[in-house]
Amino acid sequence: MTTTSESLAPLRTRRRKLPTELSILLVLAGIALIFELLGWIFVGQSFLMNQQRLTIMILQVSVVGIIAVGVTQVIITGGIDLSSGSVVGMTAMIAASFAQSADWARPVYPALVGLPVIIPLFIGLAIGTLAGVINGSLISFTKIPPFIATLGMMVSARGVAKWYTKGQPVSGLTPEFNFIGFGIWPVVIFLGVALIFHVALRYTRYGKFTYAIGANPQAARVSGINIEKHLIKVYAIAGMLAGLAGLVTAARAQTAQAGMGVMYELDAIAAAVIGGTSLAGGQGRITGTVIGTIILGTMTSGFTFLRIDAYYQEIIKGMIIVAAVVADQYRQRKRKKV
Amino acid sequence: MVSPQTMRAVRESGAVPNAPYLLEIRNARKEFPGVVALDDVSLRLKRGTVHALMGENGAGKSTLMKIIAGIYVPDSGTVTLRGIDIRLKSPLDALENGIAMIHQELNLMPYMTVAENIWIRREPLNRFGFVDHAKLNRQTEELFRRLNIDIDPDVLVSTLTVAARQMVEIAKAVSYESDVLIMDEPTSALTETEVAHLFAIIRDLRSQGIGIIYITHKMNELYEIADEFSVFRDGRYIGTHASSDVTRDEIIRMMVGREITQMFPKEEVPIGEVVLSVKDLTLDGVFSDISFDVRAGEILGIAGLVGSGRSNVAETLFGVTPASSGTISINGKHVDIASPSVAIQNGMAFITEDRKETGCLLSLDVQENMQLAVLHDQFTRFGFVTQNRLSAICEEMSQKLRVKTPSLDERVENLSGGNQQKVLIGRWLLTNPKILILDEPTRGIDVGAKAEIHKLVTQLARQGVAVIMISSELPEVLGMSDRIMVMHHGRVTGILDRAEADQVKIMDLAAR
Repeated sequence: MTTTSESLAPLRTRRRKLPTELSILLVLAGIALIFELLGWIFVGQSFLMNQQRLTIMILQVSVVGIIAVGVTQVIITGGIDLSSGSVVGMTAMIAASFAQSADWARPVYPALVGLPVIIPLFIGLAIGTLAGVINGSLISFTKIPPFIATLGMMVSARGVAKWYTKGQPVSGLTPEFNFIGFGIWPVVIFLGVALIFHVALRYTRYGKFTYAIGANPQAARVSGINIEKHLIKVYAIAGMLAGLAGLVTAARAQTAQAGMGVMYELDAIAAAVIGGTSLAGGQGRITGTVIGTIILGTMTSGFTFLRIDAYYQEIIKGMIIVAAVVADQYRQRKRKKV
Repeated sequence: MVSPQTMRAVRESGAVPNAPYLLEIRNARKEFPGVVALDDVSLRLKRGTVHALMGENGAGKSTLMKIIAGIYVPDSGTVTLRGIDIRLKSPLDALENGIAMIHQELNLMPYMTVAENIWIRREPLNRFGFVDHAKLNRQTEELFRRLNIDIDPDVLVSTLTVAARQMVEIAKAVSYESDVLIMDEPTSALTETEVAHLFAIIRDLRSQGIGIIYITHKMNELYEIADEFSVFRDGRYIGTHASSDVTRDEIIRMMVGREITQMFPKEEVPIGEVVLSVKDLTLDGVFSDISFDVRAGEILGIAGLVGSGRSNVAETLFGVTPASSGTISINGKHVDIASPSVAIQNGMAFITEDRKETGCLLSLDVQENMQLAVLHDQFTRFGFVTQNRLSAICEEMSQKLRVKTPSLDERVENLSGGNQQKVLIGRWLLTNPKILILDEPTRGIDVGAKAEIHKLVTQLARQGVAVIMISSELPEVLGMSDRIMVMHHGRVTGILDRAEADQVKIMDLAAR
């Protein structure tokens, strides 16, 4: 209501500023405890006291986590990015074709084998960024909804990934390239980009503008922000991170396949939303997304640990994602009533 | 008190009592949090007449109309329909009791046909339970013939002009056998020929015994179409007269006739050089040939009715909707204001009309809201925001403006309207503007905050800021401005000096 009476404002007590992350962290702890308990009952061992399991768990979700860092920023602007999974496949294929070692029998480009690792890495990031720039430009200049623009990219990028080698996998990658997917590196990369963009969102002008556009695009525009330019930046970053995820995926598998990254975009969106990012825009944090990603990982790992059938896993995962969005809507509505 | 169901039964049996008035409202009162929108208001509508409602913006016409249409339930007072007291709980309730409202923003579904729109919820079905489109179109044609409307029932509403859509709305209202019809400024978007056609239809309806409540700001329409009119002011009922009895000047006096209170702390400050000079500014289809100057220390008020183009001029000055033609000069230098950031670079600041739509970042805190316009230049280093310095000046600003908030971390949506407005004013004062544009700076905020904002604007003028203030409240414009520019229909109809301006003159220019 516009006309809340004047005396109401000063009466409100000062609110501490740590609500969302804390509650998500509690959810994560709760889920872990449930698995721990069920573990002792049904499997006869601890879920948490197993370093190998925990390592694999976070390793499995770090690719989705890298994507989710970008998608979170897109969602904060009030948009959505459905293309990241396909961009993973596309960049994995193209970058891998420049990362083949000289002793491989049938390289994609026989003249371009054994290149320094910096070349495929650069190409991967550039292609991801390009896909993001196209997404952002479509949204900014044609004013089509982000859902449609990135849906188009999702279909086309997957097409590119398949067309590139007519469906053949790209193998025989150099050890230097494979190194970025080796051991704990994917996790380091995930947490590294999370830290970078956590800082960027909280302490830089880029971050302030991202929140402002999501909270109220018209107000942001009147305040002198070039919304079109900024949206292109945000989608470009999301694309670049999807490209990075593609590199990591290919390096981890030591091969690239056109089907890599299918449905990753949805896991990334789920991680962001579970982590408290509002689909209405203007709200969300990378810390929440990191926790959301780990929640997804814990669920997958926990279900496997309990030897629950993969079909049930998907059914339950779907329900949990929906429950998170319902909770988000409920929060929104409650806020409006104030 | 009779329930709508009984009423409907009474109507259907044809046993409607022979009441003197078709619709009568007595002592209606409606309060919203913090505002009394209607206070002790009465209205009587006779059969077969057109009854105009007149008053300034915010006089209470819309609230009254919404009560009649069942959108609002009055806090007290009675509504008597055809001699029977009735309580309308929803628009559907009103519709089924023969009261139909034609909204200013038309309520048709653009991608359905004309016929489907009119008979929605009441489609004739064939024996298989499917919609009988042939019959649907046939009965629409009959309806149109009765009303002298020439529209193909089978075309999509989206292909129709505004005037044609209005005809469809009227036909829809009549299709409910409504005998009370409410029209809210129906001619505001129509050409002269279309208005003539509309009036012909209205006269026709009137001769069929339908009572029409007609809201308008246009004086000449009053004489042309209305039999009677009632005037409202500040939520109060002023009086009802036959339109033929009263002169234009008398009506204006009834509409504005209050004394200006001394709550506006206008000071005489030295007026400096011309800071902003606007020449022949035009935005195609919205306003044209707007020319004026504003000097340092001067407050230029812009008055006019809603829809006169006042806010559009402000948006164009600020680059939100860049001009089609015309020139803007600042300190004698021609500038091309293509976007808000250019305007900001040229020392302009713009507090928009709608706090929620174009002002506040509701989901963010006071700090984030206040610092938004200064993130561009100072206060960032290598892209990083110098948050400590920024927090310090925001704290200082919020103390200076006396923003009532527990802390700068409070979400803006938890603040009252007046405090939200102060946060927005703070946002722009941080940019040290030389030209300040205020669009309805005190709308919807309480008297105390209002006075503080007025005082602040006066102070800024004293410091040599050139101020442009748009307001629908005539006392505010008169109390604060050095000169008043009046707009009507996208044109300037006059610029009055403080000494010569009064409410009657302004209304005369605004409601030609």
